[in-house]
Amino acid sequence: MQDTPLNIVQGRDLSFIREVEAESGQKVSNCYQCGNCSAGCPAAFTYDLQTNQIMRAVQLGLKDKVLNSKSIWMCLSCSTCSLRCPNNIDVANVMETLRHMARRENRVNVPVMNKFWLSFLNTVRAFGRSFEIGTMVLYMLRSLRLTTDVDLAPGALSKGKLGFKPHVVPDGGAKAVARIFRRYEERARREGVRP
Amino acid sequence: MSTSMKIGYYPGCSAKGSSLDYELSSSEVCRILGIVSSEIDEWNCCGSTPAHAVSTELSAALCTRNLVQATKQGADIVMTPCPSCLSNLRHARERMQNPEFKKRVDELLDEPAPEVLPEATSVMQMIGKLCSAEDIKSHVRQSLAGIRIAPYYGCLMSRPAELMNFGDPENPTLMEELLAACGADSVLDFPLKTECCGASAGIPHRPLTSVNSGRILDVAVKMEADCICVCCPLCQMNLDLRQKQAERQVNAKFGIPVLYYTQLMGLAFGCDPKTLGLNKLIVSADRIVDRIRALNTARKEAQGGNAA
Repeated sequence: MQDTPLNIVQGRDLSFIREVEAESGQKVSNCYQCGNCSAGCPAAFTYDLQTNQIMRAVQLGLKDKVLNSKSIWMCLSCSTCSLRCPNNIDVANVMETLRHMARRENRVNVPVMNKFWLSFLNTVRAFGRSFEIGTMVLYMLRSLRLTTDVDLAPGALSKGKLGFKPHVVPDGGAKAVARIFRRYEERARREGVRP
Repeated sequence: MSTSMKIGYYPGCSAKGSSLDYELSSSEVCRILGIVSSEIDEWNCCGSTPAHAVSTELSAALCTRNLVQATKQGADIVMTPCPSCLSNLRHARERMQNPEFKKRVDELLDEPAPEVLPEATSVMQMIGKLCSAEDIKSHVRQSLAGIRIAPYYGCLMSRPAELMNFGDPENPTLMEELLAACGADSVLDFPLKTECCGASAGIPHRPLTSVNSGRILDVAVKMEADCICVCCPLCQMNLDLRQKQAERQVNAKFGIPVLYYTQLMGLAFGCDPKTLGLNKLIVSADRIVDRIRALNTARKEAQGGNAA
């Protein structure tokens, strides 16, 4: 939680709000701080900056404050904030845009979330479809959290819900998916951003 | 019920793994209701939350490939049981109407996508669209009357409202309508029906998930629900498989079964619980099955008694 007031003297980047508005397609400048977004947010208790504070900081051009926050990684993308915004700002879209901007600049302040997403996407890239056990194993290795969810294994395995074999897209489909990932990574590299 | 519309079926990855029971029960219910679809050839993962969390363009490329595959086999519309897949497919279709965005996504695909991509809908909306309450009633062998059901949609099915087109985004009612057609007369007015269960953080951040699903389970138990009825594979896994984690988080005991709406409909249609995948649930639904039987038998006996 934020205890000290936002420092609006240092580190202001006045082009930041324009970049966020252009990339998200949302008028962040319309936010008048009603606080509905923070009130309804299911992830609020894990945030260092509440959603309405993020919106205000974007308006003020506090780029570092926003892109270094933990909140943009903890957002669950449930869109409750967007639904309840009286100014029709798609707040969840703004949060996602901020996360994309932070990732591209290699600022990842909650690494476990990023590690989980990458583990999931690695299995999609390999097989064309996600592979639950594969995702878990990759995540445990990446995060060194080797006991993640081991309490669930007996139940899930005995019910036959988790297969040990991945489902591979047949007839070259898996290769087509791998090509999508390859082109995505090559383009990110060309553009000098983190894929 | 007949239709000339060709439906491409997109199962989603969890249908082949953690939500096998959703796939079993929804295909059984669709078969009984006469909804015919064909699985999309070589479908791939929609990318789910991880893809759109990382890049909107990557997510759209993965989804667009599926919509193109559906077009190639002549599908007019794509139908999926999973709200997360649905949300991604619909987002992709909408964003691809922006030429600049489409150009960026086309660069990721083997060949540029056609200008027009098929729309995607949920199995639930397809049932609601193609079958009247009377159609559904005509298949009911065992009424769901007397079962206290907490209807829970999760966050994705009805949001964003303009995109998902699922009625009131904070108070959708389609699930209740389908259950009512199956005789359910004790569906609760569940206040958390569209709250997020936190499933997407289940692996990397357990408290974020346990706190949110714990609240949903707690309210359902306090409202004396016999079961929670869901339509999302992630919600189901979270509320059922992770129920013990939520119990530890909020220091309570729940033990409440979490069934897919298609499993409840299938039970009403008189299907064998095993063909609906009920044996796959972690918190057993045996007492729901027994109670539906007992209530129906009691009603029949009461009616028989009156007749005699």
